[in-house]
Amino acid sequence: MITIIDYGLGNIGSVANTLTRLGQTYQISADPAEIRSADVLLLPGVGAAGVGMKNLRDRGLDVAIRRAIQNGKPFLGICLGMQLLFDYSEEADTPCLGILKGSVKKFQRERKVPQIGWNLVIPVKTNPNAVRLFAGIPERNAFYFVNSYYPIPADTSVVAATTEYGEQFASVVAIKNIVATQFHPEKSGETGLRLLQNFIKEYV
Amino acid sequence: MTTKRIIPCLDMTQGKVVKGIQFVDFRDAGDPVVLAKKYSETGADELVFLDITATVENRPILLDVVERTAKNVTIPFSVGGGIRTIEDMRQILLAGADKVSVNTGAVNNPALITKCANAFGNQCVVLSLDAKQMAPGQWNAFINGGMKDSGKSAIDWAKEATRLGAGEILLTSIDQDGTKKGFNIGLTREVSRNVSVPVIASGGAGKKEDFLDVFVKGEADAALAASLFHFSELTIKELKQYLKEQNVIIREAL
Repeated sequence: MITIIDYGLGNIGSVANTLTRLGQTYQISADPAEIRSADVLLLPGVGAAGVGMKNLRDRGLDVAIRRAIQNGKPFLGICLGMQLLFDYSEEADTPCLGILKGSVKKFQRERKVPQIGWNLVIPVKTNPNAVRLFAGIPERNAFYFVNSYYPIPADTSVVAATTEYGEQFASVVAIKNIVATQFHPEKSGETGLRLLQNFIKEYV
Repeated sequence: MTTKRIIPCLDMTQGKVVKGIQFVDFRDAGDPVVLAKKYSETGADELVFLDITATVENRPILLDVVERTAKNVTIPFSVGGGIRTIEDMRQILLAGADKVSVNTGAVNNPALITKCANAFGNQCVVLSLDAKQMAPGQWNAFINGGMKDSGKSAIDWAKEATRLGAGEILLTSIDQDGTKKGFNIGLTREVSRNVSVPVIASGGAGKKEDFLDVFVKGEADAALAASLFHFSELTIKELKQYLKEQNVIIREAL
């Protein structure tokens, strides 16, 4: 069973509907004990980094998430749920979970921020995780993004796909039991469903 | 760079999709959830729901339509109509919408935009701006379903609303709405150049060339149409094929 982490932010309803469509059972939880003992974790996110981290800490979820990931539980982070994995976000000067090395920065070069809409996601072909996650997805595939900030991993070997919005950024990272996407697979039509299916098949 | 978005709009009243001409004279176009699912499966990039009489009839939006839609579509959708408080907005997002659009509620209480943006993020807050020409090159923002002049210049209000936290602008030309004479290019370009958030052009789509014009000349980030799609005068697939041939970057659905 997949545990969707409820930290008072984000589109939990959309994520839950999508899991139902994929035939997955899930629970929505804000309980650190449940998070620690979950089989699979999903950290969704729509909202601001500062509020997101505060909510995680207030509920003791930061510690629980770190523990579960250390224990090798499959983890999927979406959008803000990806950004929070890193050390630090420029958004409201926020220290984050520090599970992945690197920081989160604001788009500088495009005039229109947030990035809202569909953008191309190019898998890193030399990364075996990318090959597994993008199996059956055509080459020129677009996913739905809504973000003003993007992560810069310190270790570039974790980058599984890139996207360009004024600057090129890591739109998917994958390492060991962790997968995270800057776009919203749950809002990316059939393409997004296929990527989620691949995550479930390969990691769960 | 992001693709240009094609957005079918579902104007609803009493739980049914309707389409009017210049905001009046409505025609029944069917069940919103059935239409939404069809569009989601046939290449629409996003959906917009507007409960067009919620403000005037002073009643809350139809949450069950939002919930059923969320279960049936795999693309983003926004919901608007009659939103006055942060609590209205929370309920719509909890029902499964991705964004909420505000018009009258924001004009009457601009702080609503900031409150909602702080609570849910800028990307959730769409300013729905119904503009009507007052003089050449000059438009005012209208409220109450296009019936009342707010007295605000459309361009100034667009700038103010984005400064307050709106993450996107759904810009409807009341003059063009339902006429099928093409989008209002001048208005769209003016607004797009004056704000740093995406602009969705709306009102007047009659043929595929209109979309090319509003993307290229109007500098719109997305374009919206209703009756054209509802009555199958143009399919999204045909439209996207045409735009691709004209070198507009669009999303090709699986």
